[in-house]
Amino acid sequence: MLNAELQKPTDAQQGQAPAAVEQTKILVDNLNFYYGKFHALKNINLTIPEKRVTAFIGPSGCGKSTLLRVLNRMFELYPEQRAEGRVLLDGEDILSTKDDVSLIRARVGMVFQKPTPFPMTIYENIAFGVRLFEKMSRSDMDERVEWALNQAALWKEVKDKLHQSGTSLSGGQQQRLCIARGIAIKPEVLLLDEPCSALDPISTAKIEELINELKRDYTVVIVTHNMQQAARVSDYTAYMYLGELIEVGVTESIFIKPTSKQTEDYITGRFG
Amino acid sequence: MSAAMAANAQRMAAHRRRKLVNIIALSLSLTAMAFGLVWLIWILADTVVRGIGGLSIAIFTEMTPAPNVEGGGLANAIYGSMVIVGLATLIGTPIGVLAGVYLGEYGQRTLLGNVTRFVNDILLSAPSIVIGLFIYAVIVAKTRTFSGFAGVLALALIVIPVVVRTTENMLQLIPNQLREAAYALGAPKWRVITLVTLKAARAGVVTGVLLAIARISGETAPLLFTALSNQFWSMDLSEPMANLPVTIFKFALSPFENWQKMAWTGVFLITLGVLALNIIARVMFRKKD
Repeated sequence: MLNAELQKPTDAQQGQAPAAVEQTKILVDNLNFYYGKFHALKNINLTIPEKRVTAFIGPSGCGKSTLLRVLNRMFELYPEQRAEGRVLLDGEDILSTKDDVSLIRARVGMVFQKPTPFPMTIYENIAFGVRLFEKMSRSDMDERVEWALNQAALWKEVKDKLHQSGTSLSGGQQQRLCIARGIAIKPEVLLLDEPCSALDPISTAKIEELINELKRDYTVVIVTHNMQQAARVSDYTAYMYLGELIEVGVTESIFIKPTSKQTEDYITGRFG
Repeated sequence: MSAAMAANAQRMAAHRRRKLVNIIALSLSLTAMAFGLVWLIWILADTVVRGIGGLSIAIFTEMTPAPNVEGGGLANAIYGSMVIVGLATLIGTPIGVLAGVYLGEYGQRTLLGNVTRFVNDILLSAPSIVIGLFIYAVIVAKTRTFSGFAGVLALALIVIPVVVRTTENMLQLIPNQLREAAYALGAPKWRVITLVTLKAARAGVVTGVLLAIARISGETAPLLFTALSNQFWSMDLSEPMANLPVTIFKFALSPFENWQKMAWTGVFLITLGVLALNIIARVMFRKKD
């Protein structure tokens, strides 16, 4: 809480003069995406700065979730989907790299719309991902689990029931468990696909607070239908419509003075 | 005002008609249910009434008796059935689960997957006597002897398609989001399947196995051509082996009163076992939801 409040002014300052300070984490270069024959993303060019929150907004079907699913190559699970162009993560193209896709996904974590706890204990839910890439002693694992749950602001609520099933938690707790699970493998980027859309306002507030904390260590990209949420949590906002990136910029200027008429219509609620 | 009243009268008439149709449909479906239940209860009651009287310790400890001799039991048949059913399940379950995983996770829309699914469905609905005859031709005729092992193979062939079907169906019920969540952590496919999806589908898969066991515990035709029967205690799988269904078949057809009575006891035992398995399967599956 306190940390989040202390940070706010700094963020606002940085928001006003972004270009000078920001490091590029992900660069999307001329990206086109197809579901079979359907051309879902058209010539997307976008920079996602490091350790900032970038929000994708736009009406349903505009391609914001699709874009998010390119950033960790999740779309590859479905053979009829394909991406053309380049997505540079720290300068390396993840679409053409020879590295195994699981290495990319370990660096670019993802949390989904609906909470998806695995059918195992709370502890195991978090240890599962860690074990994929690291061998560690039981006590180190205990520490890592506690650390991840603390990061996701869930430790206090679950520390006495780590060995209960993850599905026994409430929806909001499950979603924070999923965030903890994503953080536990220490990714560099965290992709959040409408992480609050299935949650009540209190859980939503907790997760938004959490996002604010997370950006100190991680690059966060969030897809949201809730424009107030985008305004509250993000440093940068990208507005998409029908597979095109209409406008992208510092969140405040997008919301206060958008350059595109389309963006303005969407944000002011005249459309969408 | 009158227009509103007319509309109201029309609604009332429609309502009465609906009520009448409802009563007719409801009584028809209740009759149909009663018709089905009557037979089921009759069978169960008959089995209990005729079978329970023969229950004694001797049934579980003594061998099948000679005709018209007092005493004796079904120990060799019970043991043989347990061995044959147990081994058939042990062989059939891993093959069935693996094939089900292939269909559910790998071969969803591939040609090989579709062909496998189709062939599996044929096998699923194949009459069990055909499977018995097949094993007879392939194993019994070649080895020139009926054997417990041939019975095991025949029953395993019945287990496999049931387990394949349920495993595939249960995996399909797992939401894709759960798979994606595991992939998103960088998990390779085999880990996603073994640690996440199969685990999530566990209750359903086990239910499928239990139902397969229930199905084969009562199968007679495939054993008649393969394991045959044995009047004595035999643990040798390469020889004819006693088992409950064939013993019941043999005893029930015989003119000897003590055999007929024992057949009823055997029927009672199998019914009880299958009922128990079905109830366990139901309870397990409900726990998952």
